[in-house]
Amino acid sequence: MSTITEIAILVLAAFVGFEVISKVPNTLHTPLMSGTNAIHGIVLLGGLLLMHDAHGVLEHVLLVIAITFGTINVIGGFFVTDRMLGMFKRKDPPKAEEQEVE
Amino acid sequence: MTLLAAINHNITDGLYIIAFALFIYGMSGLTGPRTAVRGNLIAAAGMAIAFISTLLRPHVFSGSSTPWLMALGLVLGIGIGIPAARNVRMTAMPQMVALFNGVGGGAVALIAWIEYRHHFLSGGSNWALKSEIPSLIAAIIGSISFWGSNIAFGKLQEILPGRPIKVPGQTFVNLGLLVVAVASAVILAAGTHSQALFILGILVAAALLGNMVVLPIGGADMPVVISLLNAFTGLSAGLTGIALNNTALIVAGMIVGASGTILTNLMAKAMNRSVPAILAGGFGGEVAAPAAGDTDRGPVRSTSSQDVAIQLSYARQVVIAPGYGMAVAQAQHAVRELERALEAKGVEVKFAIHPVAGRMPGHMNVLLAEADVPYDLLREMDEINPEFSRTDVTLVIGANDVTNPAAKNEPGSPIYGMPILEVDKSGSVIVLKRSMASGFAGIDNPLFYDPKTAMLFGDAKQSVSEITAEVQAL
Repeated sequence: MSTITEIAILVLAAFVGFEVISKVPNTLHTPLMSGTNAIHGIVLLGGLLLMHDAHGVLEHVLLVIAITFGTINVIGGFFVTDRMLGMFKRKDPPKAEEQEVE
Repeated sequence: MTLLAAINHNITDGLYIIAFALFIYGMSGLTGPRTAVRGNLIAAAGMAIAFISTLLRPHVFSGSSTPWLMALGLVLGIGIGIPAARNVRMTAMPQMVALFNGVGGGAVALIAWIEYRHHFLSGGSNWALKSEIPSLIAAIIGSISFWGSNIAFGKLQEILPGRPIKVPGQTFVNLGLLVVAVASAVILAAGTHSQALFILGILVAAALLGNMVVLPIGGADMPVVISLLNAFTGLSAGLTGIALNNTALIVAGMIVGASGTILTNLMAKAMNRSVPAILAGGFGGEVAAPAAGDTDRGPVRSTSSQDVAIQLSYARQVVIAPGYGMAVAQAQHAVRELERALEAKGVEVKFAIHPVAGRMPGHMNVLLAEADVPYDLLREMDEINPEFSRTDVTLVIGANDVTNPAAKNEPGSPIYGMPILEVDKSGSVIVLKRSMASGFAGIDNPLFYDPKTAMLFGDAKQSVSEITAEVQAL
């Protein structure tokens, strides 16, 4: 793929990123941060793609560490986000009940 | 054979496109309360598809040790990641996110480094600048993110002091480090024989820079910093994608880079702070002057759990304003017990939730939900503020800065203008606190010297349990 195409993709992706996040309630800031955090763990794929080309012990060791780090980022990130959101989920109250209390 | 390869290539590219679509759809789901759980799962599914698609690429598994080494990394990552995510307490969530972000940044830096080495050793000098420049930048940003996140973790975990740590000439040192990192990158890109030295130069300078940038920032600003570093890691992952010709990395990394920037701004806005002000070194630096004039604040009145129990039991309406101290002491269950005991006496209890109470937005909602406090007792700041004048007693549990009237009355205060819970408007205020030490932001709180205020010193959980016992005994 040409450099220009790739830079074009990069720029368009940036705009998508800007647009996706417009209004977020305060309570969801942390889960959203954690969820996007998990997504950049995709760099793990870079580690997988480079492995077959690696030379020498140093590169292999560094790549194993990189894959480990990336996997922690992805798996841990999604898992922890899910746990956090689980805390919010069950307390969604029925509307009528809320008015009763007021 | 070529046909097969072409088909294979199209399939993997097609799967990548499905993965992006899922990332974007999932992330937009994460911005709404009802769709958030599903959004997270959708994004995770996108990641699984991108992962499988990568393994389907030709030559990925070539080499006898390759699959085993990949498996080793994956197993280690899963083995560390899942228990960490499963066992972390809700109170420790912000630092967990910092840590996950840090390892992501570390992975980017390592991959960029290897990408550089590997091309230099195998291809010699004809490696295109197109790959070289992005991976060098990614190496710099990735290591800043790695080290910065680790410092953020250390501060939130209280391994490092939460207060801003400054060295003289900070700005110049930081600029110098940035110059060293960028100069090393330029020299590498221009071609040199001692490339190992300059690679080391980049990694060390960027590491120091990551430390130096985060150390002077006060702990209260940490969530914003973590979000910023999150955006950094995303950006560097996107750049790695350009170096590796991998669209999955470009798109996913850049989306996170961009959305992370927006989110950083939103979070800063919720705390009434600006990102440049945070990076310039947070609260704490400026506090020295006002703190010196403390003598005219007057005496602090301290009280006993018995007195508090009597006061609470005979009140009509009690508002509980929890803060990070409740989280630290794990007092949420004890608070729930107190709430039940008071309601049994016919006292109306409400919870005042400041949007940034604790160390991450939504921290208090999560904790109180964990303790089964009914959702309809929780009041947002704007909802509860008009009610304080009708409240007999406000119980402040381990909250400090979010109740500080200086934010409204003292234009010179570093937190002036921050929206606060106006607890000082209620009939009387009881503050549960470990000691007279100032809050996380390091700012003195005039509320404690208010004649209406009584302090109950001690561990929040223990104090609350004692009060509950006294209330039940009455």
